[in-house]
Amino acid sequence: MSEDRAASTPGGTGTRAGRPVGRTAPRSRWGCLLDGGLLHGGVQGSPVLRLFLRWVRRPLLPVIRLWRRNIQLRVVVTTLLMSLGVVLLLGFVVIGQVRNGLLDAKVKASQSQATGGFAVAKQRADEAAAATGDAASSADGRPSPNVIQWMSDLVSSLSSGGQGAFDVVTLPAGDDSRGGRGPRASGGVDPMASVPEDLRARINNSMVAVQRYTRIVYKDSDKDPQPALVIGKQINDPNGDPYQLYYLFPLTQEEKSLSLVKGTLATAGLFVVVLLGAIAWLVVRQVVTPVRMAAGVAERLSAGRLQERMKVTGEDDIARLGEAFNKMAQNLQLKIQQLEDLSRMQRRFVSDVSHELRTPLTTVRMAADVIHEARENFDPVTARSAELLADQLDRFEALLSDLLEISRFDAGAAALEAEPIDLREVVHRVVSGAEPLAERKGTRIRVVGDQQPIVAEADARRVERILRNLVVNAVEHGEGKDVIVKLAAAGGAVAIAVRDYGVGLKPGEATRVFNRFWRADPARARTTGGTGLGLSIALEDARLHGGWLQAWGEPGGGSQFRLTLPRTADEPLRGSPIPLEPKDSRRNRGLEKNAGSSGGGEKRATVPMQATGERTAATRDPIASRPAAAVPAADPTALPGNGARVVPRPGADARRQEDASAVETVKSESEGSARPEGAGARDVTQQGEARRGH
Amino acid sequence: MMSFMKGRVLVVDDDTALAEMLGIVLRGEGFEPSFVADGDKALAAFRETKPDLVLLDLMLPGRDGIEVCRLIRAESGVPIVMLTAKSDTVDVVVGLESGADDYVVKPFKPKELVARIRARLRRSEEPAPEQLTIGDLVIDVAGHSVKRDGQSIALTPLEFDLLVALARKPWQVFTREVLLEQVWGYRHAADTRLVNVHVQRLRSKIEKDPEKPEIVVTVRGVGYKAGPN
Repeated sequence: MSEDRAASTPGGTGTRAGRPVGRTAPRSRWGCLLDGGLLHGGVQGSPVLRLFLRWVRRPLLPVIRLWRRNIQLRVVVTTLLMSLGVVLLLGFVVIGQVRNGLLDAKVKASQSQATGGFAVAKQRADEAAAATGDAASSADGRPSPNVIQWMSDLVSSLSSGGQGAFDVVTLPAGDDSRGGRGPRASGGVDPMASVPEDLRARINNSMVAVQRYTRIVYKDSDKDPQPALVIGKQINDPNGDPYQLYYLFPLTQEEKSLSLVKGTLATAGLFVVVLLGAIAWLVVRQVVTPVRMAAGVAERLSAGRLQERMKVTGEDDIARLGEAFNKMAQNLQLKIQQLEDLSRMQRRFVSDVSHELRTPLTTVRMAADVIHEARENFDPVTARSAELLADQLDRFEALLSDLLEISRFDAGAAALEAEPIDLREVVHRVVSGAEPLAERKGTRIRVVGDQQPIVAEADARRVERILRNLVVNAVEHGEGKDVIVKLAAAGGAVAIAVRDYGVGLKPGEATRVFNRFWRADPARARTTGGTGLGLSIALEDARLHGGWLQAWGEPGGGSQFRLTLPRTADEPLRGSPIPLEPKDSRRNRGLEKNAGSSGGGEKRATVPMQATGERTAATRDPIASRPAAAVPAADPTALPGNGARVVPRPGADARRQEDASAVETVKSESEGSARPEGAGARDVTQQGEARRGH
Repeated sequence: MMSFMKGRVLVVDDDTALAEMLGIVLRGEGFEPSFVADGDKALAAFRETKPDLVLLDLMLPGRDGIEVCRLIRAESGVPIVMLTAKSDTVDVVVGLESGADDYVVKPFKPKELVARIRARLRRSEEPAPEQLTIGDLVIDVAGHSVKRDGQSIALTPLEFDLLVALARKPWQVFTREVLLEQVWGYRHAADTRLVNVHVQRLRSKIEKDPEKPEIVVTVRGVGYKAGPN
């Protein structure tokens, strides 16, 4: 049996073998199934079976999903299946009863008819035997020709008793086929084909009447075979030789009645099933519709359309649900409205204050400038005062405009005017703008990765503002060491990283640098007198682009700020072409040294030349020798977009270091390869492209 | 350069202190300022003083600055420089669309303001006779006129300068920054919305179908150029 199945299954599903499923050809998969799975016997948990199951399940997945999600479908289908089962069961029972009833009557009538017939045949035989008893014809042992005649007469007279109600057949007993023992039949019945062999055999061996169901086959091929009851018995002819007499009762009428009952039942059953399905559908709909409506309304509510409400009709449970839902929504709307009003008032106030301050400030500014221009005519104290006045007015102005900018972001009034720009131009503008400050600080600003155009859909004004902020910050905190601006593009993202080798950031500060009015060290003097809002605005600008602005830093080891922007606006970012932690970070170099890469880590790192002495001192910093495994586990703030990364990130860093050392061996002195972080595994070719970009 | 003999500036501002300060600065630079504090009286004052340039505060009592700007522009092409406290997109764009040539955001430095005023007043000293053709437009640079099929098209001096700058080098694509420098006289990168708005205004006057410009064409991602060929 199992062999049968094993043999038939491949054939049966062979028609589907053309479906492209996996890497292996379907044919060979079946081969595997036969050779491996079935021959080894154990299909439990076999990979081949699992593969097969998955193969079968795959095209069904949408259906399965619909089944899981749609309660209405589930209820209706269940109802249909169950009612179908009940109706089928009921149908079989009823049909069985009807058939028994119909046949019982017929069988009884047939039996009495047949018994009568057999008696008549026996009587006729006896009479005939008595009439020809003295005749010497029996002496020669040959059947007299009148037995043949007698037999034919018998058949016709017996069958004439019930016109069409039954037919009569005589057959020779056993294999005796002498003379007049040939088969005879009334009503055009094919005697040999209509009487089953096994019945003949049974009658041969017994002297009682035997009955059986059969099909009447007619000699006339136009007439269809009919179901019938055949009753037979072995009887002696006038010569005392046995022959077989059969009564065939056609069951045509009964079959008609039965099929009528069947048809009626099937139709009724079908109606019942369909009706039950429809009823189930309607009933479920009554419950599901409000639930779906509630779900839809809840979704719209959560999407911010707070005026959405459910329609409530009646007083039933569903209506109560709707009322409660609406009450909740109303309260929610009220609270949100209040909060929004409050926040709008506050933002409005900030905006109004900033604007109202502008007109008097303009007058003051102009007056101060006029005084400043004329300071040579003043005494030194007044002249110095005029200078201070002018300087501080600059600062006041910057603060005011930053405040206004922030309030614009808070109000959601900031609009992105994105168009394809070459970021290299922006970078060069910013760098040349920061040159004077850098010269004063003794810092050199180097731009790396600007061999190829790096184009992104961005708002040039905002990107420039972000970069100006980052570069000026880097120069300011760079302690006179080099500042490196690195550009890279990979995948759907472009990135600009600004690296300095100054005081760096303490752990935890990488998140806080973006806070409003946050200062790294309140005691530190600020030379350019920033407003304290620069990085907050930069972060908002980056967010407006759908980009990231993130910071990394180590105490004494400098910091790196990385801006990542999607290449086309509205495209979500998945990774950045530049790793946030630079390759020449102290920890990365430390690891390389541990890996025994000939101790050249420091040499490889892009350390500013003039600061070598300081750098070596810095690398002996106790923090540098901290083993990578000892760093804290997860960084909860390391979400894309919040612009924050804390320095130690062991998991990601370990991976990155492996990656980095692998790259190092290939390109020894390169300036920080652009390794797409996160997006790295996605597209190798783009990764390569990004590296070539240097 | 110093050939401008005209230096009358009408200051429309309701803030008396600022107006007075503006007066001091402007007089110090050799201009002749006159003042009006009310939007309703601005047009009358404009007709009376016939200034060479209008300094216009956008927020005014009575008629607001935008409306005043529109009224002045309806009868004159005189340069208008807006003073605005809001550099938000909408405010500035509405001001520029209503006809202002340039704007200065408060608080501004006196030098910055003066530079803008100078740039607007620096009407080129009697340019050499020059005839430019672009599309079906004929530009007479010296005569300061633009004609299509003999029909004269009225342009403000700024729009005229913009068109001439583009038409002189029809093969060149001008970035917005370059146009800002050539037409507005900005040295440093400034608000490129100025260019966008004025190109729109120019198109609405010279193009047959401003939706499908044929004379001033946008080169996506770069800037503008004159003519399709």
